Amino acid sequence: MIRWLLLLLGGVLLGGIVHLATIFILPRTATQDAYSRLTPIAPVNKVVPLPEPTPEKAMMPFMDPAFAEAVCRYDLTQGPLKLSVPLSTAYTSVSFYTNEDVAYYAINDRAAGRGAIVLDLMTPEQHSEMPENENITAADRLIVESPSLTGLIAIRALAPEPGLMPAAQHAVAAARCKKTEEAKASN
Amino acid sequence: MRLLIGTLFTLVIAAIVGLGATYLALSHDTSFGAMTIGRWTAYPKTGTTDIDPYARALLARTGRLPIALGDGVAFIARTDDKGRPLDGRCNVMLSGVTPAARFWTLTLYAVNGELAPNSVHRHGFTSQEIVRRADGSFSVVVAPRAQPGNWLPTGGIERYILALRFYDTSVGVATKEGREVPMPAIATRSCP
Repeated sequence: MIRWLLLLLGGVLLGGIVHLATIFILPRTATQDAYSRLTPIAPVNKVVPLPEPTPEKAMMPFMDPAFAEAVCRYDLTQGPLKLSVPLSTAYTSVSFYTNEDVAYYAINDRAAGRGAIVLDLMTPEQHSEMPENENITAADRLIVESPSLTGLIAIRALAPEPGLMPAAQHAVAAARCKKTEEAKASN
Repeated sequence: MRLLIGTLFTLVIAAIVGLGATYLALSHDTSFGAMTIGRWTAYPKTGTTDIDPYARALLARTGRLPIALGDGVAFIARTDDKGRPLDGRCNVMLSGVTPAARFWTLTLYAVNGELAPNSVHRHGFTSQEIVRRADGSFSVVVAPRAQPGNWLPTGGIERYILALRFYDTSVGVATKEGREVPMPAIATRSCP
């Protein structure tokens, strides 16, 4: 009897380890998380507007239907990225996620100036490699450091009433995310 | 033989306990750092890099993207103030005021996070659409059939969830529950 109780206790302890291990491994192996869901429709380093969520079809659960949304799935291996988002009339926000859906930074239109949110996204290594003089002229530039090489940028614009949805969709669709070098060349 | 049976017994118990606990944790929205006001619950830390492992596992399983804390905070209600699950066949009254925020949105979802189908294609309100009383408070009737005033249609689904999201707000991780974050009351009025 005592033998079985000990075995039971051992099983429960081992079960605790199994439980913790599965909780920690799950985000790494998930195939239905937001990043994996967006991978097929979102090419790398390009802004893609998401279809409006409807009862029949939505890219993700719990999307806010009052917002027009676009995503840029980024990859910084080739160098830093430049993001520019024109402001819509009501409220515009840009949120940054790692490739495991962890939100690490967000900014809204209050912090932006001159009708657009413009910022540079780079890894901490790329940031420290930036030439000194460029760093000084970049003092007024907004630089965001990404903890991962790949990730997601979600661009959202609020339509305060349904009639303003086309304007909000237009604003997020006009956002651009490009490699910094290409953005310079086209200027 | 006894050793083999004993080992198998232990492993089976470990699998049942371990996987069972994981399943339970993920099907009951278990995360740390919950901020509960009335029947409204938010997890502000889920929108930061301080997100706990349970919340991460939950995000990976459900496939949703959390609201980043610098953007806003989302409160979810599953029951009325008396603890009764929100029923789409009943008339439910939401009334009161909200904490300070530049904008907020109220949205009705099915339990799995999909929007609930209804004939008028209305799934929620924004703070600009709502009609308020003179003192700034408001009420919303969540009901299957058309109602005067702010009517949020349920489409007659059995269970639903309400999400109240605040954008550009000071409500966050450091917020103390209480007077500075007043949330609307939820009361079931009549059921067929």
